[in-house]
Amino acid sequence: MSMEVWPLDVWLRVAEILTFRAGHNAAVVLAGATLLGIAAGVVGTFTFLRGRALVSDALGHATLPGVVLAFLLGSALGLTTRNLPLLLAGAALTGSLAVWLVQQVSRHTRLAEDAVIAGVLGGFFGLGVVLLSLVQSLPTGGQAGLGTFILGQTAGMTRGEAWTMAVLAGGAALAALALYKEFRLVCFDPDFARGLGWPVALLDLGMLALAVVVTVAGLQTVGLVLVVAFLVIPPVAARFWSDRLDRMLWLAACFGGASGALGTALSGAVPDLPTGAVIVLVAGVFFLVSLLLAPGRGVLAALARQLGLRLRLTRVTLLAGAVRGRPLPPRGVVGHWLRLRGLLDASGRLTPHGRAVAEPLERNLRRWELALRLDPHAVPDGTRWGVDPAERVLPAGLLARLDAVGDSAEAAR
Amino acid sequence: MVIWHSHAAAWVQGATALTPPHTVPVTALAPPLAVRGLSVAYHQKPVLWSVDFTAPARGLVAVVGPNGAGKSTFIKACLGLVPLLSGEVTVFGAPLSRRRREVGYVPQRGSVDWDFPVSALEVVAMGRYGRIGLLGRIGRADRDAALACLDKVGMADYAGRQIGQLSGGQQQRVFLARALAQEARLYFMDEPFAGVDAATEQAILDVLQDLDRQGRSVICVHHDLQTVAQRFQHVLLLNVEKIADGPVSDMLTPSLLRRTYGGAALDGPVPADAALVPLRSAE
Amino acid sequence: MTAATFLQLDFPAGLTAVLACSLCAMLGNFLVLRRQTLVGDAISHAVLPGIVLAFLLSGTRATGPMLLGAMAAGGIAAILIETVRRLGRIEAGASMGVVFTLMFALGVVLLEQGAARGVDLDADCVLYGQLEDVLWLAPAGWSALLDPAALADLPRELLTLAALNLGIGLLIAAFWSPLKLTCFDPALATAMGLPAGVIQYGLVLALALAAVASFEAVGSILVVAMLACPAATARLLTDRYDRQFWLSLGLGAGCGALGYALAGPLPLLLGLGWSLNAAGMIASLSGLMLGLAVLLAPRYGMLARRRGHPA
Repeated sequence: MSMEVWPLDVWLRVAEILTFRAGHNAAVVLAGATLLGIAAGVVGTFTFLRGRALVSDALGHATLPGVVLAFLLGSALGLTTRNLPLLLAGAALTGSLAVWLVQQVSRHTRLAEDAVIAGVLGGFFGLGVVLLSLVQSLPTGGQAGLGTFILGQTAGMTRGEAWTMAVLAGGAALAALALYKEFRLVCFDPDFARGLGWPVALLDLGMLALAVVVTVAGLQTVGLVLVVAFLVIPPVAARFWSDRLDRMLWLAACFGGASGALGTALSGAVPDLPTGAVIVLVAGVFFLVSLLLAPGRGVLAALARQLGLRLRLTRVTLLAGAVRGRPLPPRGVVGHWLRLRGLLDASGRLTPHGRAVAEPLERNLRRWELALRLDPHAVPDGTRWGVDPAERVLPAGLLARLDAVGDSAEAAR
Repeated sequence: MVIWHSHAAAWVQGATALTPPHTVPVTALAPPLAVRGLSVAYHQKPVLWSVDFTAPARGLVAVVGPNGAGKSTFIKACLGLVPLLSGEVTVFGAPLSRRRREVGYVPQRGSVDWDFPVSALEVVAMGRYGRIGLLGRIGRADRDAALACLDKVGMADYAGRQIGQLSGGQQQRVFLARALAQEARLYFMDEPFAGVDAATEQAILDVLQDLDRQGRSVICVHHDLQTVAQRFQHVLLLNVEKIADGPVSDMLTPSLLRRTYGGAALDGPVPADAALVPLRSAE
Repeated sequence: MTAATFLQLDFPAGLTAVLACSLCAMLGNFLVLRRQTLVGDAISHAVLPGIVLAFLLSGTRATGPMLLGAMAAGGIAAILIETVRRLGRIEAGASMGVVFTLMFALGVVLLEQGAARGVDLDADCVLYGQLEDVLWLAPAGWSALLDPAALADLPRELLTLAALNLGIGLLIAAFWSPLKLTCFDPALATAMGLPAGVIQYGLVLALALAAVASFEAVGSILVVAMLACPAATARLLTDRYDRQFWLSLGLGAGCGALGYALAGPLPLLLGLGWSLNAAGMIASLSGLMLGLAVLLAPRYGMLARRRGHPA
């Protein structure tokens, strides 16, 4: 596509916007979008960890009827230009209603949450579309740019609108951080929080209310269809890098803020690029990099780990089997490799050199097997059974017991 | 990921098993279940480690071990429901893929959605699906067979009920009836006695006895050592590794049970479960 | 309104809406029963880049390339969702949220970039369709319904949807029992040697086909509503599998017909000068229907439960 043929001046323009040299208006919009991304990353991390990631999908779509109803109300009241606070209030109202409906219906009927989310999303958005077509057919008003709320467009954004977005987003981010301790416990162990006497339902509601604020703030920039992406992608990308909540929050905020800034700049520099989609794609780049390269959970790391474990385990079992007098013909890649290295002969028996290598491995394997027999559950997670040196990864207490039992077994022999 | 997984498994398979490859001629004499070097790992941590086990031709087999010992995983691995790290499973001397129709399964009760819109009879008729094939229809004969199976577990009166409206024990009996409808030669049952009432327990025990009398094999995860001692003939003691297997009288000894359950407390008291062992000598 | 205008305008558009609804309602059952309704949401969004790429590559709005593109995109989305879920060890919902929004955003950008070069496809159409463009120009009167030449001229969207309804309906009928078992107890199905994985991916491909066949006429949002609402409504009304299926099919088609009538022909008949978006109307109607069932269903509705009826 045209991505790779963007000339240099597009990139210069992007750099110009990013360095706040493209005029006051563009600077405020950029700052607002960055703040929005940070807020989405922070609030999204909590909703994601609470298992509510896709509730925000219903929430986003459900803002449409609110926006259009508010517009109709505005025209009825005689407001000529579109009044942003009114529209956003309408969006917040129907968005909150949708969230509340999802919670109530999935709690009080046999329907699972997924069906309710999809039903609410479809119904509300359908209603919004109907109302939108009604507005379109009205003699006055026309569509009044309501369509830009669907996929997001920063091009025509005024300074005041950008300030509104920045204030809403900043407020949501600060509120989420202020409730850090509470949200963390509710995400991790809601029952325990209830036991402490905390108002878990209220905290849950507060969390979703913050998601509503972020959604509403993001309507103009990312649009209501894709705002869920802004709340989900940065946290998920951050999840690949860290197991700790505080680091996840920082990372998600960075990913979100950077996508907001870069996406806004790109769509400002290139004509016909819908802002929302570009922001989401930039976030997607962060996500793909995380998916591939993150050290713990990334694809490459997982592949390498799996391959390494298999090869090592095969090597250990082959060599240990040979020590125990049960040689196998050295088949497979590892078998051939061991023969090439001169550890095994053609029939799978150990060479003298091989014996020197294999006996410590066999001793180690024996300790692992004993550990399995003694107390398999005392072995820490993430250790490679039979492969890692037992004395380095097993807890000291278990090792002592292993040695005691091992000694008595030797003595008995 | 999936592709890589199975590919790599096949790749190292030949080399991994510590025991020599076991070849069983496909005859009527082949054991109902033979497992060699079976290892299963979740997130790199083995939950089953190099288990060898051959089920006897006759007699009910109980799989016994503490929580987290890999009992359910053992059954799932035998049925090909979880990926193997290594090892092979043969059923009546052939790989599972060629013996699907000989194998019946009673999963744990918590594994399905009880709100699902099916009646008890429909659930039992599902046992016939392996027989009628992908495109087949449930015919009159299948319905009659399903009804007969429901009757065997004393549930014929509830045939039309939606399964969610049955009690826990009744649901378990429906599951058992479904397994019977499979008309398998080898049954795997995962904690069929968990949380059931006395009537259901008796019904299940009767069915087990019936199956045994008909020469069908049953491998059953169970943790009440008293019923094991009274009703089962063979025991597999499992705690990640196989501890031992053999006739029930040789297995339920204090020392073996301590090894199975008491790993954490080698010289401490035997856990409460195992204290029932003396019952055996009273028989 | 004359027979000719009815046959030229409302008949093809209304029938297309009904067929799109019945197709989605049919598939929606398997999603709702497996608690995977959001897979439908995900796939209906994720097919967009496939469609746009197929369109840009082939240069036409012909059905074949678009169906292929949608199936490819749907398959890729399903694989990606599974990969992200497993590797990241995160819940399926979040993994879906990442994958489908990304693919949808990619589709939107491709679309807008293509639209800038004068391509005849836009984002509005993707979201809420262009039912009013589904025209049948041939008929001059009722006799056209029996005239092969006129029938051959039926709109492409209508014919595609009819063929898919037939094809997917036949597949469901053929695999009725295994589908039921894999929905209810996937572990047992696998243990019996039924290909649960094949069925899962088959469902995804069917979804992708339904999404692309519907989107031109009614838009992706109606697809989501129709996958969820009729099946979920039927869930609240019956405890029998076959009734669940027929009920949702009837409710879906009914919503389609009624919604279409309410949006276009009815305001005209009443002499109003405007009409409403039909796809949106159908979707809202289905949401309303679900809402009513949630409140009033005889056994499983919220009011019945409040009165102390056991679940």
